[in-house]
Amino acid sequence: MEYFFQQLINGLTLGSIYGLIAIGYTMVFGIIGMVNFAHGDVFMLSTFIALIFLMVLTQLLWVTPLALALFIVLIGAMLLTSLWAWAIERLAYRPLRGSFRLAPLISAIGMSIFLSNLVQVTQGPRYKPAPQIASDVVTLYQGVDYSVSVSHKQILIVAVTIVLLAAFWYIVQNTAIGRAQRACEQDRKMAALLGVNVNATISLTFVMGAALAAVAGLLFMIYYGVVHFNDGFTPGVKAFTAAVLGGIGSLPGAVLGGLLIGLIETMWSAYFSIDYKDVATFSILAITLIFLPSGLLGKPEVEKV
Amino acid sequence: MAVAAAERPATAGRLVAALKDAAGAALLALGLAVPILALRIDQDINNQPVLRPRWDDVALAVALVFCARLAWLLLRWARSGTAVAKPRPVSSGAGGYVAARAFAIVGAVLLVLYPLLMLALVGRAGAIKWIDNFGIQILIYVMLGWGLNIVVGLAGLLDLGYVAFYAVGAYSTALLVHNLGFGFWLCLPLAGIFAALWGILLGFPVLRLRGDYLAIVTLAFGEIIRLVLINWVPVTNGYAGISGIPKPTFFGLPFNASDEGFAAVLGIEFSPLHRTMFLFYVILALAFLTNWVTLRLRRLPIGRAWEALREDEIACRSLGINTTSTKLTAFAIGAGFGGFAGSFFAARQGFISPESFTFMESAVVVAIVVLGGMGSQLGVAIAAIAMIGGTEILRELDWLKQVFGPDFEPTQYRMLLFGLAMVILMIWKPRGLIATRHPSIFLRERRAVRADLVKEGHG
Repeated sequence: MEYFFQQLINGLTLGSIYGLIAIGYTMVFGIIGMVNFAHGDVFMLSTFIALIFLMVLTQLLWVTPLALALFIVLIGAMLLTSLWAWAIERLAYRPLRGSFRLAPLISAIGMSIFLSNLVQVTQGPRYKPAPQIASDVVTLYQGVDYSVSVSHKQILIVAVTIVLLAAFWYIVQNTAIGRAQRACEQDRKMAALLGVNVNATISLTFVMGAALAAVAGLLFMIYYGVVHFNDGFTPGVKAFTAAVLGGIGSLPGAVLGGLLIGLIETMWSAYFSIDYKDVATFSILAITLIFLPSGLLGKPEVEKV
Repeated sequence: MAVAAAERPATAGRLVAALKDAAGAALLALGLAVPILALRIDQDINNQPVLRPRWDDVALAVALVFCARLAWLLLRWARSGTAVAKPRPVSSGAGGYVAARAFAIVGAVLLVLYPLLMLALVGRAGAIKWIDNFGIQILIYVMLGWGLNIVVGLAGLLDLGYVAFYAVGAYSTALLVHNLGFGFWLCLPLAGIFAALWGILLGFPVLRLRGDYLAIVTLAFGEIIRLVLINWVPVTNGYAGISGIPKPTFFGLPFNASDEGFAAVLGIEFSPLHRTMFLFYVILALAFLTNWVTLRLRRLPIGRAWEALREDEIACRSLGINTTSTKLTAFAIGAGFGGFAGSFFAARQGFISPESFTFMESAVVVAIVVLGGMGSQLGVAIAAIAMIGGTEILRELDWLKQVFGPDFEPTQYRMLLFGLAMVILMIWKPRGLIATRHPSIFLRERRAVRADLVKEGHG
């Protein structure tokens, strides 16, 4: 039983990271109906940006309290990753809006290949070690032969995720920006007629998705203590699976899907086979799309002729 | 148009505007380059991570973007003065069709003569490299592109897991050779059949899906197959792969220096060139077979059903076409050709491992099909030559080392440029290089129809 609770904690931590990435997929799909294939690589790019930023602050500028350094890194990585996402949307996707339906997807796949190879060329193909942060462990329950413990970084990850999701939820539900986004999601043409700047709103959606991916990137870097140029694809597909499982287009769905995928992956590794953990995720993706295409919390898509 | 000329700002003003625009692009490039390019994470002698500054690279990147943007703006400016916008014709008439056909025939003849041309141009030693690295490598992708074109281009089903069938073909060849002792020529058709069966097996669950969802599910299937190949060690030998797959023989004659070898029986001097040329003609024949079958199938009811399915699924169903069998045959036949290509790949390499069947391969093949112009056989071939040949040619650019210093390795920019080329080609020509349709049924005269007039996948 202790083992189960330990895995539950690990799964929820991993799931928060997937949930943060999944929001980027689900919002972009909701607003322009496109699978932003490069989102996983934007996330990977943000892990590198966060690590470089952190090293600049700690090694070159000697910013002493680590918490302050991490806070600056969080803001900086969000801004710089957002700039990348804005540029990608502007250069690679916007010219193809209204073109035939496969064009943006192919462009996004090209962008994904470009980003991962850009990082490989500029930063090298090796794993880059990150400094150990907040790795102290708190023992919650001492069992006979197994104890349940939670590390400081796990608490940090869950706390940051909750705070940012709350802020994000407020923006989408209660501000003019969020209203414009929801209006564009429902009917882009009508929103434009009513004076919503559709292009700016779509850009903003990409920027918000990338900012949350950057948060996930920083947390991922802290959690695993290592970054690699190839780490965009698999977390990207898993986060997309989370978005689909929760119901694509639904924000609470993306978070729920992320937590479920994190839990399933951890439990599968713990109780069945660690080798086949990715097979489990990919199978869930296929099964969900085939049998439950609208996901757990999504609206069923009605096809009009 | 006097009014337009008067409204146009003066030359100096436009130049300033262009410079401002280019400066803005350079500023954006600076913002993008600084976080990832300016500082490289390296390790010092104590294995501690340190940052190594590379501001010269940032300056180079920014200058490059500035010049490229300025050149593009000036080029567009120069063009807008001369070109008069005229309405594009709906169809190019019979002329376009005849030109495309003539081009295809000339291309086919050139392909057949390619090894001999290379032999004459660069001699025996150089020819092996050019036939193997360029000829065979490109033809494998041409064949994969034509095979996938049946699924994506004709039936309109976006398949991002095509590499799975390539892997099934390669692994079934390797396993049949090792466990049952079959030769290549027996494995080749069996690999195609196995791959086609897998095509039906994986096609069956995804019959209801379309567009992006179909793409993602097929991607998941492709990854599942690769992960199984990695983890099912007793059968597939995992990451280590399977080696010792024999090369194809010429009617039972192996290409080696032995007394029963091809050279000895024909009484000519042994040369590894014979085998390379033979492999080239095998893959050329397989590619032509794919092309011929596709062109023939387009005129059969099943081919017409595929194209109808691509244009409008609901209309298709209302007219009584069985969409289940139509989709499954497209998956099966496309997968079968992928299996042939995989079998050839295994025999040519002599060694296969899961590393060769990553998602990247699927993405490359899909890119070739879409960039070539979905459904156009000629376009797919041109795209394969441009994309694969273009990245292969980076291996030959050693003179760049003299320009950029000995550390400069052109090959590492291969996939970087590939990704960039995909994006740029999509923006430049969203419908692909050859964006005309040649209907297989027509009234009086055969015409090519512009593809952007055709709405597809809106069923």
